[in-house]
Amino acid sequence: MAMLPVVTGKLALGALRLLGRSGNALPGLVVERLFPRYLARTLAALPHGVVVVSGTNGKTTTTKMLAAILSERFRVLTNDTGSNFVRGTIGAAISSSSWAGRLDADVAVFELDEAHAVRFVERYRPERVLLLNVMRDQLDRFGEIDHTARLLRTVAEHATVAVGLNRDDARIAAIADGIEAEPVWYQVADDLRHLFPTDEELYGGASRAARASDGASAELVAWGTEGTTIRIGNEQQTFPLRASGAHNAQNATAAAAMAATFDLSPDVIFAGLRAVEPAFGRGQSFVVDGRDVSLHLVKNPAGFRQSLAAARVEDPSRICIVINDDDADGRDVSWLWDVDFTGLDGGAPVSTAGTRAADMAVRLRYDGVEVGHVDPALAPAIDRAIAATATGERLLVFSTYTAMWGLHRHLVARAKEVRA
Amino acid sequence: MTPLRIVHLYPHEMNIYGDTGNVVVLRRRLEWRDLPVEIVPVGIGDALPSDVDLILGGGGQDATQGEIGEDFQRRGPDLRAAADDGVVMLAICGAYQLLGHEFLTHQGTRIAGVGVLDVVTNGSDTRLIGNHAVDSAWGRLVGYENHSGLTTLGAAATPLARTVPGRGNDGRDSTEGCVQGNVFGTYLHGPVLAKSPRFADELLRRALERRGDSGELAPLDDALALQAADVAARRPR
Repeated sequence: MAMLPVVTGKLALGALRLLGRSGNALPGLVVERLFPRYLARTLAALPHGVVVVSGTNGKTTTTKMLAAILSERFRVLTNDTGSNFVRGTIGAAISSSSWAGRLDADVAVFELDEAHAVRFVERYRPERVLLLNVMRDQLDRFGEIDHTARLLRTVAEHATVAVGLNRDDARIAAIADGIEAEPVWYQVADDLRHLFPTDEELYGGASRAARASDGASAELVAWGTEGTTIRIGNEQQTFPLRASGAHNAQNATAAAAMAATFDLSPDVIFAGLRAVEPAFGRGQSFVVDGRDVSLHLVKNPAGFRQSLAAARVEDPSRICIVINDDDADGRDVSWLWDVDFTGLDGGAPVSTAGTRAADMAVRLRYDGVEVGHVDPALAPAIDRAIAATATGERLLVFSTYTAMWGLHRHLVARAKEVRA
Repeated sequence: MTPLRIVHLYPHEMNIYGDTGNVVVLRRRLEWRDLPVEIVPVGIGDALPSDVDLILGGGGQDATQGEIGEDFQRRGPDLRAAADDGVVMLAICGAYQLLGHEFLTHQGTRIAGVGVLDVVTNGSDTRLIGNHAVDSAWGRLVGYENHSGLTTLGAAATPLARTVPGRGNDGRDSTEGCVQGNVFGTYLHGPVLAKSPRFADELLRRALERRGDSGELAPLDDALALQAADVAARRPR
């Protein structure tokens, strides 16, 4: 029954490969148009159903972590190619199916951006939804942050079994009222909340609303150079999470809470979290000529501020900030003014790169941070930053999305080894 | 010298698209010249301080526009008196609309403005969005517009700059922003002052001269800002 759509999709995929291209989006789009019921029929056959992961920040990492945990017990289908549109989920299903249309999977974990998550749940009601946060992101595309919160509420209303909710995000927490499925909470310990500044707090706004604290399925108990401590139910473990940054520890906590709804023991969940590698450009590290170079995707103010907070713990000897303004980055770079860079003043020397290298340098200058080189060209800029970093020292690279591809390719080519 | 007193209107509610950066830019440009400055945040219900030299207001989310509208209305007499007194104001997007006579939303709700600027705004179902560089009497202004409210200028308001159809105040009359006395309104976020240094200094000059200080500002090195403006002006919308 699913043979014709799968064959069509695989042929489209093959044609793309002949053209020297890859990716699931186009084959997914072809099948979405020609066989509109393929997705729902295929997913309905999965014995453990579908998890939709959405929110502003952390979708890719959390999806990867949850898929890794569930892989300890199940065969997992996931859209790990970075296409977080509906067509990406269809493409993933087609890639994982045999030519006869047979999909060998028990459960699916799909990352979907907020708008496409709504389109997805209108086609298929997922068993589970995991919601991360609502932050100001790419406002030139989505329009308004409150609109984004409404989109996520719609997604949550379609879940049939469980909705994972971030107790530290007021807009996400409010979604608990009025959903059919069971709310499943995750949170960070009180003394870690300062590592997760909200957009409201940036403007000296009211301190965070008091929150309920009972009954969270998973909690981030501690985070730092000594490791990450997470509590699942009544069990707590400290371990080195390979993806750096406090936000990634929070993502791990979200994944743990959702994994617990599958009746997996905490031991199994911790085993999955210990093994998972960082997602593309999200806390990945490379060793280049004896220097430790780590890549951090930045795409909105709150995420950038969290990465800077983590950077202070990592104590780098140089920093390079790479800002592009293509469609996938957001054409409007005004969000850089909602990041407080004053903490970089007098610290590691900073250089800038990308199409908006000059904009970034202006921003830093107005926060009192001296900027070294300002160079739009990626490879020369990053090579100069590496050369200026002493052997054995660390270079932190913050980069927007489209620049990340070139940077990653360049660092892979230059790195002797890639490690977590 | 008494500090130049800059009021930042509604820092919690009107702060999208980097508009808070205008406060940072003006403060730094004064500090770099060793001129004292004081920033006074004014939120909902707060009184305007006395002896204000400059007032900055930014854009807000549509959801807060109604709430802000009432508070704005309440301080209407103060704002009109300040404008009549020559206080320099820069209002971006939502604040620009509320300084006008009224904002009629696309849903038909009428939000009264304070009438400092001779403009009216009508909500629409099209959004004017993208990088925007315009030439003004104070150099090129470079920012990013993002609005569905369309603003029409009355006789007392002069366009701040010329642009092309599809951009600016209403997308049709090829004007961007307005100036009326010492009050400036614009749809340019970005923040506009970061990449429009001459315009930033014009606001400071007017504020200093109004209170009897010298408006002669020591030159700053704006090469980076002008370079960033050049890049932004050439990028796609």
